[in-house]
Amino acid sequence: MATTLIVIPAFNEQESLPAVLDELRRTLPDCDALVVDDGSADSTAAVARRHGAVVASLPFNLGIGGALRTGFRYAVLHGYDRVVQLDADGQHDPAEVKLLTATLDDGVDMAIGSRFTARESTYDVGRVRFGAMRLLRLAVLVLSGQRFTDTSSGFRAFSAPLVRFFADTYPQEYMESVEALLLACYEGFKVVEVPVLMRQRSAGVPSARNIRLLYHYLRLLIVMVTTAPLRSKRPRATG
Amino acid sequence: MSTRAHLLLLVATVGILAFIINLVRQRQLRAKYSILWIIIGLGLIAFAASPALLDRVSLTLGISYPPATLFLAALGLLFLVVVHFSWELSRLEERTRRLAEELALFRVEVPADGDPGPASGRSAAGPK
Repeated sequence: MATTLIVIPAFNEQESLPAVLDELRRTLPDCDALVVDDGSADSTAAVARRHGAVVASLPFNLGIGGALRTGFRYAVLHGYDRVVQLDADGQHDPAEVKLLTATLDDGVDMAIGSRFTARESTYDVGRVRFGAMRLLRLAVLVLSGQRFTDTSSGFRAFSAPLVRFFADTYPQEYMESVEALLLACYEGFKVVEVPVLMRQRSAGVPSARNIRLLYHYLRLLIVMVTTAPLRSKRPRATG
Repeated sequence: MSTRAHLLLLVATVGILAFIINLVRQRQLRAKYSILWIIIGLGLIAFAASPALLDRVSLTLGISYPPATLFLAALGLLFLVVVHFSWELSRLEERTRRLAEELALFRVEVPADGDPGPASGRSAAGPK
């Protein structure tokens, strides 16, 4: 059976982590959980360790991109077949991890859990964020040639070839999820969206404010335009 | 420019050049960062030593107001220096990030707070 590593980037998430980790162990007993403590000031690392996770502690805050790349490298070092990215705040349902990994079984390299294609969803994202997301969707459609409804979803599964690729190249700045999505498309990896249900955050505060979003969108725009390949590559053989 | 101004410029430039070379000698400034400054300094010395040089260069470039040649050169060189620094900064940031990530992976085996916890044995074993 394929070995799966659940990577949970966590920045000051001591309140929500225990529930997430306990639920993970109940629903997915044969998956290992790696919590990447992203320079937390609280006792995130100790709490995670107490609830059965392997903990990699970053010496200072790198953002989700750095935490994830650490996770990918850990997966490569320890020979895991796939990685599932899961938020520490409890908005992703561990039971739906299987939906994502089942998609990988069909030869997909990256399965993105999307909250908008969902059958029924109580997830509320707020107006500015929603508008910004719509703009992003359009840009991603143009640049990747593929329609995605939830480009910034942090609930994703990665195949072994993509894990090896991202162990070195995973984007580092804020909103790295969009960048990673495009990078995978540019490199010819097969990316697919899977409808999932998301819950409201159980604890903690969202990581960015609307004012700062402008800066991040500008940066992302530059990255998107400058990294777009002149010719799209042929799809890779997946292994 | 008057002779006095040229003399002042000459003294100042030689002083700055000596300062930079001294920093390199004391290994407080890496030689690669000093190259551009030394070239700029030597150029300035040439201009200060020969009052007619600036006019001749301006004439060749088709610039009717000689001091503008100086400002143009200064802006161009400063631009190069700043871009060079941005490039170095990006490289350094990437290296710092990688070091932090490697340290985090190392800490999986050796927790910083000395608490091995229930997971340390499993991590060494890898996937089941």
